Parts: sequence; structure tokens; C-alpha cells
Amino acid sequence: MKVLVPIKRVVDYNVKVRVKADNTGVELAGVKMSMNPFDEIAVEEAVRLKEAGTVTEVVVVTCGTAACQETLRAGLAIGADRAILVETDAELQPLAVAKLLKAVADKEQPNLIICGKQAIDDDANQTGQMLAALLGWPQATFASKVVIAGDKATVTREVDGGLETIELSMPALVSTDLRLNEPRYATLPNIMKAKKKPLDTHKPDALGVDVTPRLKTLKVVEPAKRKGGVMVPDVAALVEKLKNEAKVI
Amino acid sequence: MSVLVIAEHDNASLKSATLNAITAAAQCGSDVHVLVAGNNAGAAAQAAAQVAGVAKVLTAEAPHLADGLAENLAEQILAIAKNYTHVLAPATASGKNVLPRVAAKLDVSQISDISKVDSPDTFERPIYAGNAIATVQSADAIKVITVRTTGFEAAAATGGSAAVESIAAVGDSGKSKFISRELSKSDRPELGAAKIIVSGGRGVGSGENYHKVLEPLADKLGAAMGASRAAVDAGFVPNDYQVGQTGKIVAPTLYIAVGISGAIQHLAGMKDSKVIVAINKDAEAPIFQVADYGLVGDLNEVVPQLVAAL
Repeated sequence: MKVLVPIKRVVDYNVKVRVKADNTGVELAGVKMSMNPFDEIAVEEAVRLKEAGTVTEVVVVTCGTAACQETLRAGLAIGADRAILVETDAELQPLAVAKLLKAVADKEQPNLIICGKQAIDDDANQTGQMLAALLGWPQATFASKVVIAGDKATVTREVDGGLETIELSMPALVSTDLRLNEPRYATLPNIMKAKKKPLDTHKPDALGVDVTPRLKTLKVVEPAKRKGGVMVPDVAALVEKLKNEAKVI
Repeated sequence: MSVLVIAEHDNASLKSATLNAITAAAQCGSDVHVLVAGNNAGAAAQAAAQVAGVAKVLTAEAPHLADGLAENLAEQILAIAKNYTHVLAPATASGKNVLPRVAAKLDVSQISDISKVDSPDTFERPIYAGNAIATVQSADAIKVITVRTTGFEAAAATGGSAAVESIAAVGDSGKSKFISRELSKSDRPELGAAKIIVSGGRGVGSGENYHKVLEPLADKLGAAMGASRAAVDAGFVPNDYQVGQTGKIVAPTLYIAVGISGAIQHLAGMKDSKVIVAINKDAEAPIFQVADYGLVGDLNEVVPQLVAAL
């Protein structure tokens, strides 16, 4: 069984992003980039399935600039077998990415796709669901547990108010939530090994996908700042403020 | 121009997030329809018909629509989506699960998690955990949108008298099957709709202490209870308590953060609260930068004092 894991290069989650002075976006020059944290969980899950003998091959794929090779190598260092880069300098929105990934999936014919539930840059939470729809596959988003048995995937999902378990007929797509697993740190030998693993590059044109953005970003601004608050010395002062100043209790 | 709102419900009742989505929908077009797809969902449909500003409620009922399976619900929406300029759902676990499938099949972009409607084709949405707000314009014929509930007032749950019309249910995809659901049982208000939230972080120390220290305060205030990711990861409380970028986005009148340091991912989920109180023993904790009232102290002493003083 083959697993395809789409991943994304994003601004590292520890970076405090700054809006550009001309309000066209956020400052990306010189900013640390990393694999989207949910995608690391997806790669880890796929590699664990391989280690358990359920899966025979793990393929990581990403869409973006040549710099994304670094992110693919990070996936290979966790334990993926090979990597695919759909290389383009164009702005990619989730629908376009889903179409590119569908084209890759059509070539690769995986039985399972595991992806992160959302990227922490655009916070869109769309690509996996769109990809599943375009492939005509069932999906289990926000997964906290995945069990593969035969041609069925039983997935526990994090939903509002608790957990829900569904069963999918494979091929199927799973998107990861935070508590699915804790990704390993890549060891130095595995990072070295990852440099020698195969990495293929495709162009969107060759995949027959039009990636023209559908949404136009008119401006990006900083959110309204909260006014600085005050420190109160004790509980009595806090209660007084809440009752008489804020009037919320 | 007719706009369609996908109701979030459990067949017996309408979830309050639907009311916020209806408000957003009314800003996109004047003729608001609500789709209630479920099974034996008459009560939810009746509730939707009474919401102020709703012109029509459409119901589709079948056993395979009972549990909101994405494949079936998306097909049900697609069966009628072409009649609308906008299709909206609250940006809840359910809305986020289903709507991208609809957008992809319509070959349109989805506009996720909008916090403001500037015009029927232009919307504001937070990106980078709310550290930036993007204004985006859609050129697509049908706008498929998820709505950040904290960005919009809830429509009045009563006062409307919409017609309820039954439509044909789509068939079962047969590709997914609902197995079970374990929901946290609580008499407290729903986290997403609560006026007051008492929230705990890693600083509370343990699950036992979380309940021992915070529950009396929540009881006294009639508050919902939340948590930071650190508290959830540490196993103090279940995942559905999590407030933050990837958990629930809340904006209560009063948010009391206890033993929460204030990582940007947590702030993303609660910084639109009207009044924020932070109680933390570390005076340097970032939570104090967004708090209206900060109190430095040991939560095990301060919180019981607060309960006694209320």
C-alpha cells in the first residue's frame, strides 16, 4: 500500500509575523521557514504505518518554489521514501493546490493520502477536503486516531464537543489534528540519508493544471491592537474593576 | 439574490453558530435560505424557520444524512448550490469539514473563516493565527464561505416565520460510515457561545487541580470552561476544551485565563474577548500584554479568593 503525504513550507510557527509596510502581505524576507506542523504529523503517521508493516511506500509531495526542496528533504529525513516537487513561482491558492495534487495522485495511485488539516500561514483548512472531493474519495478530517484494516480506514475525529469515529472505504484521505501523534526529531544519519533519496520535479503545465488564483488579495493589515491593560494588586481590586469599571459581572 | 446557509444541528436542535452565519449571509444577499439536511430533523428545521431574517428553510431527510458525513452532505448542498450566489456555513468542525468539498466540485475558491463582509464579493479574514487580516475579493460565480462566528452577532432565534419546504435527499455515497460519537457531557454553556469563559493552562498543574480550582469559579459565574493547548496536550482536559488557532475561536464578554502563559496560538483564539483577565504567577507571561486586568499570584490561592469575593 502506498501513502501520499502532501506537505507545505510555511513561516515557522515560532515566528511573530509582520505585515508589510505597503499592506500587500506579510514580510517573508529573511524569515525562518519550516514544514507546516500538521504536515509533520502527517508524515510521522505515514512513516509509522510503514514501520508497522501496513504501508510499503511513503511519498511526500509539495507545490511551490525550488526552496520547497528543503521541506521535502525534511519529510524524507522523518522517513518518507521519495519526494515530488510540483515547481512553480506562481501564487498558489488551495483549489489550485488540490488540482495539482489530484494530478499527482492520478499518476501515483496511492491507497491513502494523509495531509495536515490546515496550514498555519493562510489558515484555510481546505486543501485536503478539496482534494478528496476532486478524487471522489471519502475523507476523515481532524484525525486523532487512524486504524487501517484491509480496505477500511477507521478514523477518530476531533469535532466540536468531543470525538467522532467514522469508517472509510479506501482509497481515502485523512487530515491530521494535533493529537494524532508526536513527530520524531530527524536524526543526523537520517538527514544525511534523506539527501540521497529520489526527488522528482514536475511543472504545473505538464500536469495540465491552471493555477490562476481565484481570490484577489486587496490588502493585508495588522489586526486592531488591544489597549494595554492594568495590573491589579489583589483579588479585591480585581473584583472592584470587573464590577464597576468593566461592568462584566 | 438568494443566499444559502448550511444549518449546523443535531437533528433535535439548531446549533447557535448557525445564527451567526445567518447574520453574515444577510449581509451578502437579502433572500436568506437555510438548508437543514439530517434525519428526523423536523425540530431543527422548525427552529431555523423561526430565526429572524430567514425567508425559506429547505429540509432534506435520510438516514445517511443523520450524522453529517461530509460526502453525503456535500452532495446534498451541491444538488441546490447553483440556485444561489453564496453558500455559507459556520466555521465549525462540521462547516470546515464539508464546505471545501462543495467549493472544489463547483470549481470555485472557498473563502475560509470570514470575520467581516465588506461587500457581496469582498471579505475580511484573519491569517497567520490572526496576526494579519486579509481583505480578499472573489471573482467566482458562487461564493462558498465559512463564517468565523465571533465576527458576527447572532441573528435573533425568534421572530421569523419562514416557509419550510422539503427537497429530495441525495443517495448514500456508500464510501463512509458513521460509527460512534463521544461527546463531553456538561451542564455548562457551550464554549463557542458562552458569555463568560474560565480557561486553564499548564500552570494549573494537573487535571485534578484543573477541576478543583477552576470549577467553583466557573460555577459561580455560570461560565463555560476552556483550556490552552498545553493543558490539553498534558491530558488535563479533553481536546474539545481547547481555545486557540487550531481549537475553538471564542469572544466572550469575559475571559479569565488562569495559569496560561499566552502563546500566540492561544491568543489567536481569544483575543477578541471584550474583557480579558489573566492570573499567572509569572509577571513576564505574554498573556499580560493582552489582558485588561492582570493579577500576579499563585492561582491556587488567588482563584479560591476570587470565588469567595464574588
